[in-house]
Formats: sequence, structure tokens, C-alpha cells
Amino acid sequence: MTQLPGLLDTEAIRKDFPLLDRQVHDGKKIVYLDNAATSQKPRQVLDALSAYYERHNANVHRGVHVLAEEATALYEGARDKVAAFINAPSRDEVIFTKNASESLNLVANMLGWADEPYRVDRETEIVITEMEHHSNIVPWQLLSQRTGAKLKWFGITDDGRLDLSNIDEVITEQTKIVSFTLVSNIMGTVNPVETIVRRAQEVGALVCIDASQAAPHMVLDVQALQADFVAFTGHKMCGPTGIGVLWGRQELLEDLPPFLGGGEMIETVSMHSSTYAPAPHKFEAGTPPIAQAVGLGAAVDYLTSIGMDRIAAHEHAITEYAVKRLLEVPDLRIIGPSTAEDRGATISFTLGDIHPHDVGQVLDEQGIAVRVGHHCARPVCLRYGIPATTRASFYLYSTPAEVDALVEGLEHVRNFFG
Amino acid sequence: MKLDSMYQDVILDHYKHPHGRGLRDGDAEVHHVNPTCGDEITLRVRLEGTTIGDVSYEGQGCSISQASASVLNELLVGKQLGEAQKIQETFLELMQSKGQVEPDDAMEEVLEDAVAFAGVSKYPARVKCALLSWMAWKDATAKALSEEAKTA
Repeated sequence: MTQLPGLLDTEAIRKDFPLLDRQVHDGKKIVYLDNAATSQKPRQVLDALSAYYERHNANVHRGVHVLAEEATALYEGARDKVAAFINAPSRDEVIFTKNASESLNLVANMLGWADEPYRVDRETEIVITEMEHHSNIVPWQLLSQRTGAKLKWFGITDDGRLDLSNIDEVITEQTKIVSFTLVSNIMGTVNPVETIVRRAQEVGALVCIDASQAAPHMVLDVQALQADFVAFTGHKMCGPTGIGVLWGRQELLEDLPPFLGGGEMIETVSMHSSTYAPAPHKFEAGTPPIAQAVGLGAAVDYLTSIGMDRIAAHEHAITEYAVKRLLEVPDLRIIGPSTAEDRGATISFTLGDIHPHDVGQVLDEQGIAVRVGHHCARPVCLRYGIPATTRASFYLYSTPAEVDALVEGLEHVRNFFG
Repeated sequence: MKLDSMYQDVILDHYKHPHGRGLRDGDAEVHHVNPTCGDEITLRVRLEGTTIGDVSYEGQGCSISQASASVLNELLVGKQLGEAQKIQETFLELMQSKGQVEPDDAMEEVLEDAVAFAGVSKYPARVKCALLSWMAWKDATAKALSEEAKTA
């Protein structure tokens, strides 16, 4: 077996993930390389979910019975865990949402309804990048269409990096908000946060970071990032689906208006008007995803017990190995950075003229799960003149043997369509 | 093996040697996309009275979608409209069968090479690939007929 420096004890870790034992297509062990889409869940998270429903289930807040108090403590306890995980200065800065898309839409809508000095209107500009997931493009297009604000973006270099050569022209005094991804979901590129944040701060623009592909894989410190908003989702970091996070700076959350109205987000309600609860509740209308938040709390505990720095080191080693092995495959072209430097464990590629759908289908037959298509980042495909890519993405339980299986699988694909 | 049931030789042959590919004159043109995977097709229909004079197309996509467009061209060009519609409906029925329909002789007679796609119907994610050009053809034909009605 291939030994690489920095690898985690995957044999032990994999025992925590029941699904990784699954066999598909007549006894082939699953090789799960679709972690950028969603991660598998450890037993600890599954247990937390069933324990919540079996023993503590109730609606949160305001209940006076014991179950309501337990459910509230678990839900709010999860908020404490997430706050610690991202080094938030205050737990009240952690808003639970449905997913990262909702978090990003929430920011766009806060700004869409805000007064000065946050107001977005036809005199102002919104800045994003060409490598965003659709969830960090479309909310800003909607905001731009509704307010008349101009939407601008950074392009991408041939090597899959942000082209910041014109940063002073893209981010200007008119810029109100700069929203970009920390790690590309299609190319794995890790973006230079500091350079962008520094320029945004120079012109007094707010910064929103999509950390969906970062939070599961590296130390995420919202204070070090110096952003104003950070969005991510639970299901890519060993948590359940249906739970996302928006972290926002406290004074902004105090100043900005709510988006969704309803129960839980109010202070008092009359038939004429209402006043609102302080953040985070101001932004959490209705019964929240309670069990899912509890599950995310368990996921955060799980990841923390292993160590995010160790997970990052493991994935770096796997990525380095995977890049090297993949580049040995004839006709394979990596879309994105072709080294492991400043890149995450997500690798997109094309294989000659063979369409990614066909690549994915033949890999699936061998039990190898990859994702094919434009990965909700169609502008990236357009940029490189390709209809789609095949994407392999790794996580803390991925092994060099799985990289080998992928490379062998691709040989099989080439033979099949050769 | 299951994979071979999807990638029949007939399909791979059409994929590697497509029939009637490239855009030519037509009475109507449509552009269809499969948003989940980015497959695209631009397709033109030329009618000669009630006969299909030509179906020309250009696009990008996987072997299934490309082969399906090729089979469509081979099958429908020269057919009467009514007959072509019947073929289209039969193909749709087969593709939506979730692998439950075993094509019989009657179906095979209608669908000819297109029967090879029966295996694809077992793969929900790929059914759309196989249907892309057929839906585009249906759309383009309706458009050509309504243009004709307007000018008549």
C-alpha cells in the first residue's frame, strides 16, 4: 500500500463511516470520490440524530417542559460548537440556515433591503468571480437586477487561478460588496483571501466568503479571514443535509434588516408592526432545522477530535498523489491548478474526447463514484471551452488506494471508448 | 454485464460514425439543453409537404445523446409526419419504461436501431441524454408546422 507523509489513520477513520463498507454493482466496494458534492456521515453524527429524535425531540425556545428545554439546549449548544469551530468572536454571530445557498441569498437580501450606508442601488457595484458556484452568482444577479447595481467579476487564468491583475479596476469606490469562494468547488483552487479583503477594505466594501468547500477541509477562522460574512453548509462536513451556516459580524447583523419574517424572529408583534429579536434569531424565522443543527454539532465535534490541520495535511498528501497519478493518464487534462499548491482535494479533468457522462458511467460500473457535469459552475466550463468535466474529490477517509482505483478505472474507460 | 446493456454496439457505432450531423437548411430551428449536464443540441427540420425532408443537427454531449441524434436522423428523414410521430412516441414510451419494457417484434419494427436504447432506460440519469434530440425534433417540427400555417 502506498504510504504518504501526513496521512491519517484511514483504516480507523473509515470504521466510523458505515456507508464506506457498502458494496455496489454485484459486490464491488464503493470508492466514494464525490465529497465536494456531499460527504459521508460518521456513526457519531448518525447516533446524535437518532438520540435527538428518540429522546429529546421538541420544538425549541419558549417551551417550559423538560423536552423543550433539552431540545433548546441541544440546538443552542450546536451553535456554541459551530462558533468555536470557526473562531467566531460571539455565538450570536452564527445564524443557522438551510444550506450555503440560503446563507448567500440571505446576505444578498439583507443588503437588498438595507438603508444607508449598506444600501445597494444603481450607483453601486457588486463584485463576484467567474469561478463561483451558481449559488454565489445567481443571488447577486437577482440583487443587481432588482436594484440596478452593476455586477462585475474577476476572470480566471489558464491555470485555474483568479486573475487579480486588474483588482483596482474591478473593486472600486462604488463597490458595496465583494463575494467570492474561498475554495473553488470545480477546480479546487484556494483563493488569496488577504489580497481581495485588503482591497475591499480600502474602498469600504463588505466582504462575503463562500466557505462551503473550505469549512470541511481546513482550519476556518473567521477572524483571521477578516471577512464580514462567511457562508458554508453542514452536509459537506460530515453533517446532515438541511443545515447551513451564515456567520456575520455582530454590528452588521444588528444594523441590517431581517429577510424572512415569522415566528422566533420577533420581539413583539401587533397588527400594525413588529419589532425584532436580536441576532441570530432575527434571521431564523420559523421552526429551525433542529435535529440537523444537532447533527452538525456532532460533526464539528468529530472533525475537531481529529483536528482540522491534520485533515488538511491528509488531503494535501492525497491531492499531491492524485495530481501526479492522474497526469500519467494519457489524454487527461486537469481543469484548474496542475499542482497541489494552494489547491484543495477537488480535481476536475477531461479525458480526451470522451464525454464526462460516459466517463462517470463506466467508473460507476466499477463502483467508483465521481461527479460529472458542470458542477453548478457553468461559467468555468465556458471559460475553458468544455461542456463538462469529470470531478474526483477527496476527504479525510480517502486513501491512496482509492486514487489508484480511479486511475485504473480511467484506463478501463479509455479502453471502452478507444 | 450491465454496462454493455447500455452501450450496445449499435449505439457506440452511431456515436463514432454519426449520421446526418451538421446544420443544413431547414424550416425551423430549435436549441435544447440538458441543464443537469450541459449537453446541447441545435436542430433543424425541413419539411417537404408532409414528408420530413431533412433533420440536421449540431451539438455536444455524451455518447448516448450523440448516438440518439444520429439514430433519429437515420430513422425519421424521408418518413411521413404521422409515421415519424408514431416512432417518436414509441421511443418516448420505451425510454420512460425504467427498463420494464422488453421490446417485442412490433416495437422493433417501428424503432429499428433505436431499440438499442432499451438498456439506457434503466439509468434515470441518462434517459434525458437519449431524449434530448427527440424532444428537440418534436419542438422543431411543431414550430415548422406553425410557421407553415402562418404563411399559408
